Amino acid sequence: MIRGAAIGTDARMDVFVQQLINGLTLGSIYGLIAIGYTMVFGIIGMVNFAHGDVFMVSSFIALILFLILTTWLGISSIALALLIVLVLAMALTALWGWAIERIAYRPLRGSFRLAPLISAIGVSIFLSNFVQVAQGARNKPTPPMLSGGITLFETDGYAVFLSYKQCLIMGVTVVLLTGFWYLVQRTPFGRAQRACEQDRKMAALLGIDVDRTISLTFVLGAALAAVAGVLYLLYYGVVSFSDGFVPGVKAFTAAVLGGIGSLPGAVLGGLIIGLIETFWSAYFSIEYKDVAAFSILAIVLIFMPSGILGRADIEKV
Amino acid sequence: MAGGLMNTKPPGGSALADVVRDAGLYALVAFGLCVPLISYRTDPGPAGLDLTPRWPLVAGLCAAIFVVRLLQRLVLMRRDARRASAPAQTDETLGLAPDAAIKLSTLALWAFIGLALTLPFVAALASGGLGEARYWIDLGILILTYVMLGWGLNIVVGLAGLLDLGYVAFYAVGAYSYALLATTFGLSFWICLPLAGLFAALWGMLLGFPVLRLRGDYLAIVTLAFGEIIRLVLINWVDVTGGGAGISSIPRATFFGIPFTAGEEGFAARFGLTFDSMHRVVFLYYVILALALITNLVTLRLRRLPIGRAWEALREDEIACRSLGINTTTTKLTAFALGAAFGGVAGSFFAVRQGFISPESFNFLESAIILAIVVLGGMGSQVGVAIAAIAMVGGPEMLRNLGFLKAVFGEGFDPNEYRLLLFGLAMVAMMVWRPRGLISVRVPSVALGKRRAISGAHVSEGHG
Repeated sequence: MIRGAAIGTDARMDVFVQQLINGLTLGSIYGLIAIGYTMVFGIIGMVNFAHGDVFMVSSFIALILFLILTTWLGISSIALALLIVLVLAMALTALWGWAIERIAYRPLRGSFRLAPLISAIGVSIFLSNFVQVAQGARNKPTPPMLSGGITLFETDGYAVFLSYKQCLIMGVTVVLLTGFWYLVQRTPFGRAQRACEQDRKMAALLGIDVDRTISLTFVLGAALAAVAGVLYLLYYGVVSFSDGFVPGVKAFTAAVLGGIGSLPGAVLGGLIIGLIETFWSAYFSIEYKDVAAFSILAIVLIFMPSGILGRADIEKV
Repeated sequence: MAGGLMNTKPPGGSALADVVRDAGLYALVAFGLCVPLISYRTDPGPAGLDLTPRWPLVAGLCAAIFVVRLLQRLVLMRRDARRASAPAQTDETLGLAPDAAIKLSTLALWAFIGLALTLPFVAALASGGLGEARYWIDLGILILTYVMLGWGLNIVVGLAGLLDLGYVAFYAVGAYSYALLATTFGLSFWICLPLAGLFAALWGMLLGFPVLRLRGDYLAIVTLAFGEIIRLVLINWVDVTGGGAGISSIPRATFFGIPFTAGEEGFAARFGLTFDSMHRVVFLYYVILALALITNLVTLRLRRLPIGRAWEALREDEIACRSLGINTTTTKLTAFALGAAFGGVAGSFFAVRQGFISPESFNFLESAIILAIVVLGGMGSQVGVAIAAIAMVGGPEMLRNLGFLKAVFGEGFDPNEYRLLLFGLAMVAMMVWRPRGLISVRVPSVALGKRRAISGAHVSEGHG
């Protein structure tokens, strides 16, 4: 799965560079998911536990759309098919994000503090089992969509390889994050979003439709998760109904590590988690890579809960 | 959700048209959600995945949602009309109704205990023999295991207000302690049971210590991480735990040293009974019943002691609690340790009953199910937890036996597939409609004058 993981793990430059590429690819995917967590936490202060499963749902949507486009409609251009899949998957997943917020979270505003978290766990269980019932419990492999790549350099028969997939994943991530950054920093919606994040009541007094802004936050988070879902499917070529949980927890770790509530922090955290996971698998043990991720989560939450770029949260009585 | 999916109401148009439009919108959204996931099923075919279209199913679902929403809106409209004509009623949160509810729940408690004590006999009589009653007794054991786990977690979540998403870790610690102690040192179940509780309590303290400063969501996520770490270690530490294959041929429980075998030394021979393999199952049933009742009794007693009051004070307001000189460190650690101890004992029972354990039994979903039982029952309410355990564990089993469901949905219909789906939905629905659980009244541990029930809304459960 991860190229170069089986090669001898001595301190070789080429192995290191290969792992760096792999790690950044994985980190891009985590970063995209992490934004959904961080935005929702920033605006309504809840851990959207179901976000990992929204990501998984988007992967399934992408898989089915891709099969329809290639086998039934006979689109031979992979690039065109991927573009259509990406746009449609973003739209459909955004609808899921919107519906979830509307049904499971909005009625709980003003309820006791853990109600949204418990509801989110319910949504998470529902989504994974919904996909299991609707699509079956087996792993779903896809035909290889994009093969080949560029050999960057070669030493002693070990080629450092940058696949087109990885180029595409990093490219799409950079483009979308730039667009997203523009949206949050330069548009009226972004201003409303940031205002709600700072003080919801004050924002409402100033005429911002808070409910609509929160809905849009969920929609955007889900759309970015859909991008991650499409890229994940493209990268690994297989998806299963239980694939939401672990990437979800890792992306949440990324959001916390970067400082929850901070958008650049989420991307930074995603990259760090991706790199740690890849290097851990390559140099220590692949069996314990998830233990590493969970340990980082616990350590960060216990010792530096405000993360790298986040603000400290002070409770006033 | 009475306000409709969209908050904006178009001006003009009759109320009925509005309702139909609203229901249509629901159906449209449902259609959007169904589109690729339900409308096409992916199946492994000769060349990669094949797609099977299922448009009738999508149409059926959307129509069902349309009809349900239409009826809901119409019912709501009639109710609103009635409300408008009748004088407005005051919203009762304190007063008579909760007291009546308390009487009812006391009655339910005794009925529950009575049924629980006599279940093996009732089942044997009803189905004409112990062997035939096995299914019911097994179901009783399963439900009681979850009742015990729910009551154990209730100490942590319901009383101390610490949301623990990794409770299954202690269940696993208990199960593995018994399995390992019994298979490597040959210790008997009755020695291992308290030891398993102790080990689990120790782990509760160990994991509780680093999270003392955390609250709310963060506490929940860290406990989730701990639970997953323990499961992953169980999978990967093959030399000790047997890895994913688990531990099998765990020694069976004995009647305080007398094995349930057909021989001279066996239980049946000693007590002059004819040998029946069901004796062991009935015995296990009473063991878990006793363990669950002990859990309940300890919790009820501790609530009256200073430590129990400290837990509830901690749940209500941590800062005020600390200002009043309560040691929050020991308060939190005892809650974690005691909850974990009961989880460990339940785990040890699970191991002796199954005779085989593997890490797969201790995944996050199990934690979520136990938490769901506590939440649905009403955090802090002992009776509620028992009712929720019966509903959540027994309910799907009941569904499986209903023949007419197969007639409606076809022969391949297995309600068990939908069990977790319904779990998830139930958790959401419960939070939306009854966030205080099935039993939404509480009796304060301390009261001035007459003890009376209050609405759960006055108790900040799970505030963290």
